[in-house]
Amino acid sequence: MRKVLACALLLFAVIGIQAAEITVFAAASLTDSLKEIAASYEKQSGDKITFNLGASSTLARQIEAGAPADIFFSADEAQMDSLAKKGLIDPATRKSRLGNTLVVVVAADSTLQINSAADLTNAAVKQIALADPKAVPAGVYAKAWLTQQQLWPAIEPKVVPTENVRAALAAVESGNVEAGVVYKTDAGISRKVKVAYEVPAKDAPDISYPMALVKESKQPDAAKNFLNYLDSKEAGDIFKKFGFVLRD
Amino acid sequence: MTSDEWQIVWFTAWVSALSTLVILPFGLALAWALARRDWPGKSIVETFVSLPLVMPPVATGLILLKLFGRRGGIGGFLHDKFNLDVIFTWRAVLLALSVMSLPLLVRAARVAFEEVNPRLEQIARTLGAGDWRVFFTITVPLAARGIVGGMLLAFARALGEFGATIMVAGSIPGKTQTISLAIFQNVQLGDDTHAYRLLGVSVVLAFAAVWCSELFLRRRKK
Repeated sequence: MRKVLACALLLFAVIGIQAAEITVFAAASLTDSLKEIAASYEKQSGDKITFNLGASSTLARQIEAGAPADIFFSADEAQMDSLAKKGLIDPATRKSRLGNTLVVVVAADSTLQINSAADLTNAAVKQIALADPKAVPAGVYAKAWLTQQQLWPAIEPKVVPTENVRAALAAVESGNVEAGVVYKTDAGISRKVKVAYEVPAKDAPDISYPMALVKESKQPDAAKNFLNYLDSKEAGDIFKKFGFVLRD
Repeated sequence: MTSDEWQIVWFTAWVSALSTLVILPFGLALAWALARRDWPGKSIVETFVSLPLVMPPVATGLILLKLFGRRGGIGGFLHDKFNLDVIFTWRAVLLALSVMSLPLLVRAARVAFEEVNPRLEQIARTLGAGDWRVFFTITVPLAARGIVGGMLLAFARALGEFGATIMVAGSIPGKTQTISLAIFQNVQLGDDTHAYRLLGVSVVLAFAAVWCSELFLRRRKK
């Protein structure tokens, strides 16, 4: 019995040495693209990638509180800045990797016509789902856009703030709100919604996804390898497939 | 305390109280039927009512969301016939609180009814009292301690409800945000001072509720 135990322990030790388990804290909007990228990376490297997906603002708070993250991939610069200010990320590894676009979505069977931001003030649009505009990047961007259009005071009373951008998407899918503002990449993965209006680049805030190594990482080398892979052409192609814009 | 915080506290208190009042007639009728009558399917109904007590609140919330959503059976009917939307409105908060606190009221009231001696009810009947009169002048007063205890439990449960509420009502500041939802959201957003003040309020509210019930029970004993 003891021998078996010893063997098992040894086996685990060996596996532990060879395959690192890298924990990536990433914005909810990255869910599908990152999962596909991780699957192909796991095959190549033998390392295991695990995700904690959610609102970047929530993830940043968790990292501040000491959550075991190796990589942080945020949907906005503000959340990355807040960690950088507290010295929690390795600034040398920080890179703005992706761009995205905001869209207004409605349920696939909806007859609503939305051709401009002003159309969101119509009485037919009773409620609008947004990621929480107080902190969650998708909501912050949406608020910036509507503020710039001078429509925020008219739209704010209709806002249903959600935990993260995917929850806003789900609220539109369920038909319980008339419209939602999400990323183009989120709209792309759902068959239950359609894009009613794409926010033109000139009106929209600059949407930028930075990634960086978390300083407290227990396996910085393995994590850096995965960061490099995220920066590779192979990963870039997958991001592009989901509708992201690559930045340099 | 800011005016926003008062609004949250006030909303939580009145919607919790309202939910307790809404479930009272139905809860008492059900508790009485469970305590005093035998009928087919009784054990199934009994189990069904207790489900929200043992199921994860979020799961109960999901069932409500599917039923009362605009694509759900009940929600679709209300939307089409009465132009009434439930999900993401204060009505959804009321619904979630009612469903989550009903089992506590029913269980407490049921035990209270069972402890009332049926002979006293029979005597009242032989003296010419009708069923309703017996119920309101004999059964309810004798079971009052248990009923009020159950109401306070239900109210307290409603005050702290989180999981089902966030599923059906979201966390809309000024509209559906209760104390629990506001504490969670403020911590998520990094606004701890806000959260601490609401924490203080919930301690005071809980203390007051328990203290009142103790006072009430002690007075009844004399």
